Amino acid sequence: MESVRRKDVPVVTVLDPKFKYEVAREPGGENIKYCFQCGTCTSGCKVAELDSKYNPRKIIRMVILGMRERVLSGDFIWLCATCYTCHERCPQDVRIPEVMNALKNIAVREGYIHPAFRAQAELIAGHGRLYEVDGFANEKRTDWGLTEIPQGCPEVAEIYGITGLHDLLSGGAGGKV
Amino acid sequence: MKMAVFLGCTVPVRNLSYELSAKRVAGELGLELVDIPDFSCCGYPVKSVHHETAYLLAARNLALAEERGLDICTLCSACTSVLTEVSRELATNEILLDETCKSLGMLGRQYSGKVKVKHFVRVLYEDIGLGTIEKAVKRPLDMFRIASHYGCHYLKPSKIYDGFDHPEAPESLDRLVAATGAFPVDYRTKKDCCGGAILGVDEETALSMARAKLDDISNRGADAINLICPFCSVMYGANQRKIGAGLNVKYDLPILYYPQILGLAMGISHEELGLMQNPIRPRALIAKIS
Repeated sequence: MESVRRKDVPVVTVLDPKFKYEVAREPGGENIKYCFQCGTCTSGCKVAELDSKYNPRKIIRMVILGMRERVLSGDFIWLCATCYTCHERCPQDVRIPEVMNALKNIAVREGYIHPAFRAQAELIAGHGRLYEVDGFANEKRTDWGLTEIPQGCPEVAEIYGITGLHDLLSGGAGGKV
Repeated sequence: MKMAVFLGCTVPVRNLSYELSAKRVAGELGLELVDIPDFSCCGYPVKSVHHETAYLLAARNLALAEERGLDICTLCSACTSVLTEVSRELATNEILLDETCKSLGMLGRQYSGKVKVKHFVRVLYEDIGLGTIEKAVKRPLDMFRIASHYGCHYLKPSKIYDGFDHPEAPESLDRLVAATGAFPVDYRTKKDCCGGAILGVDEETALSMARAKLDDISNRGADAINLICPFCSVMYGANQRKIGAGLNVKYDLPILYYPQILGLAMGISHEELGLMQNPIRPRALIAKIS
C-alpha cells in the first residue's frame, strides 16, 4: 500500500467535496455528517494516546473536507482497535469505529488494503477460519476429550465468490487490490 | 438449558483450556453446550475489508444454529459482537433479511431470523444467575485477589447488548468473581482495550496497550487476571514474556479464564480445568489452593 504523504511536501490535494456522501452511503458510514469536531473520540482513544498517526477526529475532518485520496491511501485508517470507547461517548452518534470500517471497505475497493488484513481474509477463505485446524491440532483436541473440527469449510470460499471479495482479492473482474 | 457453542477461530486452536473449562462448568450448572462442527469464522476479521462478506459469514453461522433450533453461546467477545449485531439486524429488518436469504439460498441454506446470541459469561450472569453460582461453590477462593479484564466487545457497542452491564462502569465480571469467594481487584485501567485488533498493523502500539494494564494489575498485587476473550489472552498471556523482555521486566501474572476460576471454586481439579495449559502456568496459584 502507498505510504502517507511526507510531511515536508507541500500538500495540494485535489479535494472531492462529494467524498462525505460516498462514505455516508457505505454501511457504517451513515452518520459521518453529524460530526461537529468536539474531539471526544480522540481524547479517549488509547491508540491515539500512543501513536499520533491515529486521530479519529482529524480523519473525520479530512473526509468532510474531501481529502479522499489521502484518507483512503493512508495507513492510519487501519489503526482503529475497534474498542468502541468513542462509539459509546460520541455526543453525535457518529459511530466512529463503523465509519473507519466504511473507509477501509472503500479503500479496499480502490486498491488499498493493509497486508495484515489481506492475509487474514485469505486465511479465512482457505481454511474457513483464521487458523488451520490440522491433524495435529485435532489430535490434541481428541486427547483432551474435545470434538474434532473439520479441516476447511468450502462454503466460506463460496461466500467470497458470491459477494465479490474473491475477485477483489485476486485482482480479477474489476478488483484492484 | 441447551445452546450451540460458538468456538470461533482462536479458542479451538490456541485456548483449549478455555473451551475445556467452559464446557466442564456448563455441564455442572445444567447448561448443555452443543458443538456444531460446520461453524466457520464469525466474520469479524473481514468486517473492515468487506462488509457484505462479514455479514454473510455471520448469517451462515446463525443459519446453522437455527437448523438445530438452538441459540448461540459464544466464548470470544469479537464473535459475540458481530454475531449479535447481525442477528439483531436480521430479526428486525425484513428487507435485509430477504437480501441475506437470497445469498444464503445460493449455499443451500436459509434463515428466518430467530437465533439469539450471548457470551458464555453473560449466560452465567443473566440466565444461570449469581444465586445458583454461589450455591455451586464448594471451595471459596477467598485466598485470591483477581483483577477482571472486561475487554471491549463483551460490553460494547452497548446498544446491541440491552444494557446488561454498563460500558463505563461495568460490574458483571467483578460480581461473578466475588461469587466464587475471591476478592475482585479494582484498578485504574480496567476499561482499557488489550490492543489485539491492531497487533498486525502496529505491534509496538498494540503491545504498549497491553503493557499498561499488566503494569497496573501487577502493582495492585493481584494473583491473576480474569479473561473472557481468546484474543485478550493472546495479548496478556501469549505475549506477556515478549512485552516484559522488551522492557527488561519479568511479569508473572497468571491469566485465568472465568470458567477456570468458577470451576476451581466448584471443587473441580485444576487438571480438569487445564490450568497448566494456560499461556502463563499458574504454579503459585495452584500451590496456594492445594
